[in-house]
Amino acid sequence: MTVADGPKIASLADLFAIAYQIEADAVERYTLLAEQMQTHNNPDLVKVFRDLARAEGIHAEEIRRQAGDIDVVVHARKMAKWKKGESPEEADLGAAHYLMTPWHALRLALTSEEQALAFFAHVVETTKDVKVKDMAKEFVEEEAEHVNLVHRLLKKYPRPPESWSQDSDLAIPQE
Amino acid sequence: MGGRTSISVAIVGSGGAGTLTAGGLLLEAANAAGWYGILTRSVGPQIRGGEAAALLRIATEPVDCIADRYDLLVAIDWLNAHRFDAEITLAPTTLVIGDPRGGDAPPSVTAAMAAGARLIDIPMKEMAKAMPNGRANMIALGVTAKLLGIDRNVLSDLLRARFGAKGKAAVEANRIAVDAGYGAAAQIDLGARLDKPKKSTSKRWLISGNEATALGAVRGGIRFAAAYPITPATEILEWLAPNLQQLGGTLLQAEDELASINMIIGASFGGVPALTATSGPGLSLMIEALGLATAAEIPIVVIDVMRGGPSTGIPTKSEQADLNVAIHGLHGDAPHLVLAPQSVADCLFTTQWTVFLAEALQVPAIVLSDQFMGQARVAIERPADVAFIGRRLTATEIAAPYKRYALGGASVSPIAIPGTLGGQYTAEGLTHTERGVPTSGAADHRAQLDKRRDKLDRFDYGNHWATIEGDGEIAVVVWGSLTGAAREAVTQAHADGANVKLVAPRLLWPVRPEQFAAALKGVKRVLVVEQTHSAQFHRYLRAHYDLPKDVHVLHRPGPLTIGPAEIHRAIMDWSS
Amino acid sequence: MTAEVRPLCKPAEYKSDIKPVWCPGCGDYHVLMSFTRAFAELGLPPEQIAVISGIGCSSRIPAYTSCYGFHGVHGRSLALAAGLKVARSDLTVVVASGDGDGYSIGGNHFIHACRRNIDMTYVVMDNHIYGMTKGQPSPTTEPEFDTALSPGGTGLRPFHPLVIALASGANFVARAFSGNPNETASIIVEAIRHPGFSFIEILSPCVTFRPDEKAWKDLVHPAPVEATNDPGKASRRIMTDDGFNIGILYRGDRRPYQLHMGQASAELAELEREFET
Repeated sequence: MTVADGPKIASLADLFAIAYQIEADAVERYTLLAEQMQTHNNPDLVKVFRDLARAEGIHAEEIRRQAGDIDVVVHARKMAKWKKGESPEEADLGAAHYLMTPWHALRLALTSEEQALAFFAHVVETTKDVKVKDMAKEFVEEEAEHVNLVHRLLKKYPRPPESWSQDSDLAIPQE
Repeated sequence: MGGRTSISVAIVGSGGAGTLTAGGLLLEAANAAGWYGILTRSVGPQIRGGEAAALLRIATEPVDCIADRYDLLVAIDWLNAHRFDAEITLAPTTLVIGDPRGGDAPPSVTAAMAAGARLIDIPMKEMAKAMPNGRANMIALGVTAKLLGIDRNVLSDLLRARFGAKGKAAVEANRIAVDAGYGAAAQIDLGARLDKPKKSTSKRWLISGNEATALGAVRGGIRFAAAYPITPATEILEWLAPNLQQLGGTLLQAEDELASINMIIGASFGGVPALTATSGPGLSLMIEALGLATAAEIPIVVIDVMRGGPSTGIPTKSEQADLNVAIHGLHGDAPHLVLAPQSVADCLFTTQWTVFLAEALQVPAIVLSDQFMGQARVAIERPADVAFIGRRLTATEIAAPYKRYALGGASVSPIAIPGTLGGQYTAEGLTHTERGVPTSGAADHRAQLDKRRDKLDRFDYGNHWATIEGDGEIAVVVWGSLTGAAREAVTQAHADGANVKLVAPRLLWPVRPEQFAAALKGVKRVLVVEQTHSAQFHRYLRAHYDLPKDVHVLHRPGPLTIGPAEIHRAIMDWSS
Repeated sequence: MTAEVRPLCKPAEYKSDIKPVWCPGCGDYHVLMSFTRAFAELGLPPEQIAVISGIGCSSRIPAYTSCYGFHGVHGRSLALAAGLKVARSDLTVVVASGDGDGYSIGGNHFIHACRRNIDMTYVVMDNHIYGMTKGQPSPTTEPEFDTALSPGGTGLRPFHPLVIALASGANFVARAFSGNPNETASIIVEAIRHPGFSFIEILSPCVTFRPDEKAWKDLVHPAPVEATNDPGKASRRIMTDDGFNIGILYRGDRRPYQLHMGQASAELAELEREFET
């Protein structure tokens, strides 16, 4: 994701819709990662990703409430997508690993939150609409808080030893 | 002296002599005169200009096989005619017509002459040269028609119908040549006379086995075909290509047999009854996907017009040696259908019934035809219409979640056709659950194997599963295109006072042990007749059915067919 | 009479409830996402789409969609799809394959599918390796890549699917990268809309046997020029690019295959007249 690659924010409705969509995308992505971990029998990570999905879901609902009369779901569907990369809070699927640890998951989450922060900061910088700028600032603050939260959580889960991805069994041939 | 019920004629020639054209016209003329008949051919390996033999049997009743011996051999020339020695057996009573300028008669002819056969020279090539656009094959046709007692006007009408499009001159040139043949044969006595034809009440057809197969397929509901050309199955495709278009269907020419079988699986998955036609080498390439169609429960029909094998074998000649691969070739436990038509006319019925069964049971089906039946042309009465039209049990009102491979009931589960809302599923070659989800669980594997077996085993195939005729302590057990020869042998044995039964299974797989046991009730001796080197059919019978202690096997690889006289001899040698 | 109007499906509605067995980190997750986003963008009802595949990691994709699917035998997905599309031209047919399934065992069908130009979309998830059978070299594996089956590398020049597609007559040729699912989705949308046979090679990393392919995300770049309709120009570009050029590279205007099933013009009974004498 590059911040400039995102959809154009021309109104408050656009901003709410995109903010909502970013959180909704994050929910979907964390849910998918939780499912991958379920299939690959990594229960700790199932829990981490489910928790992250739940947290992002709560954010999404908050934004929907804040948006008031604006139907963010409908509005978001009409908006352009991130052309090249993905939505800012969509954790990198390519970084997933079946033996990954909570530390890895939180690193992914940190990147996502930082990307969201950068996106809203870019809106603040580039918009000429005062209402949009004010609201985007609020989102920047919220995302900054999320970044801090992930940093705090990371203190609880230290970096795993280099051997974290070791599996003494060979891959199992299929089909 | 009374007349005969059938007379056998061989016409041989080479290098573009038009032997097969003459044979075809002779069958048409005999049919127009009111007789029935069968025409088959034996050819050399050349694409053009090779040696060819038209083998005919003209009869007062419909016939399904050629005879063991020939009453008349007409040689337009003798070049390479010795290659047919083994297939054209001459008798001391045979009349041979040869062209003295056409080379020396082969040793088989001189040997027959030593035993009493007559050789009469007619200089057909020289006569033809003296005519404008004269053709020796037309002279040979005239000679043969005259000797068989076919009215000259019948042939004139036929020539007009056949060559009219080429203009009056062409009709006239051919008429002059045929007339010359009549003239040349005026003083010759064949030594055998065919009984007068009986009045026919129903419509007459001239049809080949491959055409009958194709017609049976579309009557059964086939609307899609995909195939790769292969001898001797290609005529099926050639008939289907234009005719399927007319019926709103289509034929797709594949890049190979691996593609053709998968194409028909795709079309059938889309809800369109689909077929391919091939021969042994092609069938071998299709085997993997036949397993897929079995597992995914997609109905398809594969016609195998068998030829001599293994490998490229003898592409132009017949054998029954694909029985093993058709039944046992599939990997895993893969219940499917194998059927075999019993005559040229039966290619129509059996193929139509096979389409019906495949669709009803959602299973792949193999039809084992062969080169003899497939490429033989017969004059017959129009086959009766039958009501077997493929109808698939489809899912329409679908409750979520849709279980494509649901267990229970008759083990045939409703199939959702793409486009049906709520029926979305993935047809699956991996072992799957009732919903079609891949699994490696023992219980699911077992349950789906049971389902696929049960749906075939519990189906009521009715009386068509086999031809069972006559009664007696001896049974001739036969299959496929040899059924006709066996029937004639059994009839002859009856006339000779031996009570013999004919048992010819049309449904070869799944086996019908109860019905077979009933068919063999009271039978003490079984004569198995088949066209294989390793007695595949006998081994199949031994594996799946209870046979009496006394079993005799008359088996031989192709391409030499087993005729009624040989089977009759085997019966009589044994019963005395 | 009023027809009931169904709301268009959202991307998530094109996903089934079956959970993929792909390794976490596999590019194919992204491809599935691109499929569902493309289908939603096109507004196609799931029951009007058929996703056809063969064998391999990528070929598991049909069951993960809520469309009709066929998980067939190894290498034959294009043939199966051809039969389906010719029999049922009303359906949208998408074929999914991998570099082993599509280029090795299915190589002949690839050439003939391009040549036949039936209106369908062929998506090959290329990871330059056989994943399902534990990392043997595929037709697109680099010559020096060391595997248990080819110690020291195969020494063989990799197959060039895009050029082969062009030479064989594919009507639409594109390269995509799994890690950009929105961009891939828009290429799939264009491919489905384009008449005839559309071919998309998706670079989709195998994290298990080719961890080096994680670097692809930094190597890919947009194709510098617009798609051409000149196959000669397109193949020269593709032959000389770095293999990481992403985008639509060729849009042809060849007439698609025509002999689909249609309306009957004759009754069954009429056909048998040719046999009457």
